[in-house]
Amino acid sequence: MALQFEGKSFTQSLPKIYAIYTGGFLAFFALMAVLEQFGMSARAIGLSFVAFTIGIYAFIGVISRTAAADAYYLAGRSVPPVFNGMATAADWMSGASFVAMAGGIFMSGYPYLAFVVGWTGGYILVATLMAPYLRKFGCYTVPDFIGTRYGGKLTRFCAIVVLMVASFTYVTAQITATGTIAARAFLIPYEWACWLGLVGILVCSMLGGMRAVTWTQVAQYIVLIVAYILPIVWMSGAQGFGWLPQFQYGPAIERIQELEPLLGVGTAPVDTVAGLSALTTLHASPADGALAAWQFVTLAFCMMVGTASLPHILMRYFTTPSVKAARSSVAWSLFFIFLLYFSAPALATLSKLSLFDPNLASSIFGKAIADVEALSWVRNWGEIGLVAIRDSNGDGLLQVNEFFLNPDIIVLATPEFAGLPYVISGLVAAGGLAAALSTADGLLLAMANTLSHDLYYKIIDPKAETRKRLLTARVLLLVIGAAGAAVASMRLEGILGAVAWAFCFAMSGLFAPLVLGVWWKRANRPGAVAGMVVGLVCGWGYLLAVRNGMTPWLGLDHLRFGVVGVVASFIAMVTVSLLTPAPDEETQRMVDAVRVPRGESLVSHH
Amino acid sequence: MSADTEHWHKTRNLTITHLVVWFVFAFLIHWFAHDINNIRFLGWPLGYYMAAQGSLAVFVIQLFLFSRQQHAIDVKYGVHEEDEV
Repeated sequence: MALQFEGKSFTQSLPKIYAIYTGGFLAFFALMAVLEQFGMSARAIGLSFVAFTIGIYAFIGVISRTAAADAYYLAGRSVPPVFNGMATAADWMSGASFVAMAGGIFMSGYPYLAFVVGWTGGYILVATLMAPYLRKFGCYTVPDFIGTRYGGKLTRFCAIVVLMVASFTYVTAQITATGTIAARAFLIPYEWACWLGLVGILVCSMLGGMRAVTWTQVAQYIVLIVAYILPIVWMSGAQGFGWLPQFQYGPAIERIQELEPLLGVGTAPVDTVAGLSALTTLHASPADGALAAWQFVTLAFCMMVGTASLPHILMRYFTTPSVKAARSSVAWSLFFIFLLYFSAPALATLSKLSLFDPNLASSIFGKAIADVEALSWVRNWGEIGLVAIRDSNGDGLLQVNEFFLNPDIIVLATPEFAGLPYVISGLVAAGGLAAALSTADGLLLAMANTLSHDLYYKIIDPKAETRKRLLTARVLLLVIGAAGAAVASMRLEGILGAVAWAFCFAMSGLFAPLVLGVWWKRANRPGAVAGMVVGLVCGWGYLLAVRNGMTPWLGLDHLRFGVVGVVASFIAMVTVSLLTPAPDEETQRMVDAVRVPRGESLVSHH
Repeated sequence: MSADTEHWHKTRNLTITHLVVWFVFAFLIHWFAHDINNIRFLGWPLGYYMAAQGSLAVFVIQLFLFSRQQHAIDVKYGVHEEDEV
């Protein structure tokens, strides 16, 4: 392969390369659709989709492998903003966004929209407070910024610890999502599927570091966005809302609001099924009262501030050619992320309507239980314990509060229950896998890079040569990945819950030192250490207390513990900074230089 | 006031402006979601619409605008980066 991965000619041919790739992917999709008509089995279709897409990612990973430090850590600093935006969007949109979020909105309605507001609004913080300045700094990793800005090995070490806690929590959620999808596609036990998913992740990120991951993530973004939007458009067309559902599904909300009282949504189920839940919340109505409003905004707040503290996302903006490119790259990232997030509520609404509306063939409520139980999707998902039906009142008809499901399956099962061809289900599985794999890649890379660069090179052995550092990074990647898969196979926490925790950990420890590092010259080393330690300890302590039965303060439950952490972190950092001497003149000059786009970066790497 | 200081003041003011807009669409409007939900917007209840699409669209537009405005400030004070050759 004589492809050049840096330089002008490569950058210019990127649109062509990815256009060909997208065309190839759509052709593959069409081929599968045709084969389905000729009687190809559902299992074979699912298998082909997963195998085909993973094969491509692995291929890209292999051809863009590298052993040069700048290419490994920063993709040669030559990723154009639009492509960096796509890669960041894939890096960002994880199993939680793709697989779990629409399900949350489906089940609990309006309150879950706090996730989409938070996961987009966070980018305003990234663009205005962080990305351009960190890019100017020229660091390899987020702890690299903290270690250089504040100085001292202890500071760097604290940042490494926070990064590891947040990223490891996050990566287990991704391996969980990968395992769920692979288990269904290959029909193998979930525990094996976790390990299989890990192999896929490692092939992409081990060989070529940031460079391989970047180009793989662009490919993964294309797969995941096609897979997410296609079923929505299809459903919307079939239900008569038009072919641009995101702009036209308003009447579907109205229809749901009409049907909800008729179907009795809001009555609590008599039975309970472990791990599954019945629909009890109204779709579009926020609960009244200050606590509901407070819970909405605090969840959005955690997701936003968490976004601006996630090392694997911030590090993507180190790969752009310039500070200006870093800023416009954040805007492109948000645009590509927006495409999925403003579709998610449409997906939740339309799939709910397809079960609700008695005028649609796919509706199930009010029908005979025996008929519903005979539906193939109810049988398939029921067999693996993710759907259940209980005839609580014994009338032989299905009511809303007699139908139980796991919210995580909504996106994956929607094509089946809305009556779309199976080829769409295969596509969605491939998309979910792309989402989970790309995020896991980014996370593993962030962890391995910080361990090799910050811990090994900067703290333990400053004389280590590049080859040795990169080798360490790869070995560590294996170890961390294996640990992640082992934890994921134990299924400790749901996908969405684990992801929310990762955000809260990151914001508790990293937000204050990052933001004050640029915006407050007076911030000094003892302050930064205090901010990180106190933030993480308070946040984590509060989480443990709430999980062990403490009544949450002001409704700040385990999804929102970052509020406690980040407040503690700011107070500690400001107080300690003011009580200790101001940073030296050199540091002050460094902060001044960071605020100006022109000029050399502040960290030079050899 | 030196040019660098002035550049930083402008940058800071632009940042604050965008954060104020962000605050309105990230928190303030959703605080009153229940009250504005009775208003219909193109078939959507407005409170729901703002959380599902409205705020998101505002953020996207805001970032492209911010990117342009900040670059204009950098150019005005001559601290923008040279174009790559």
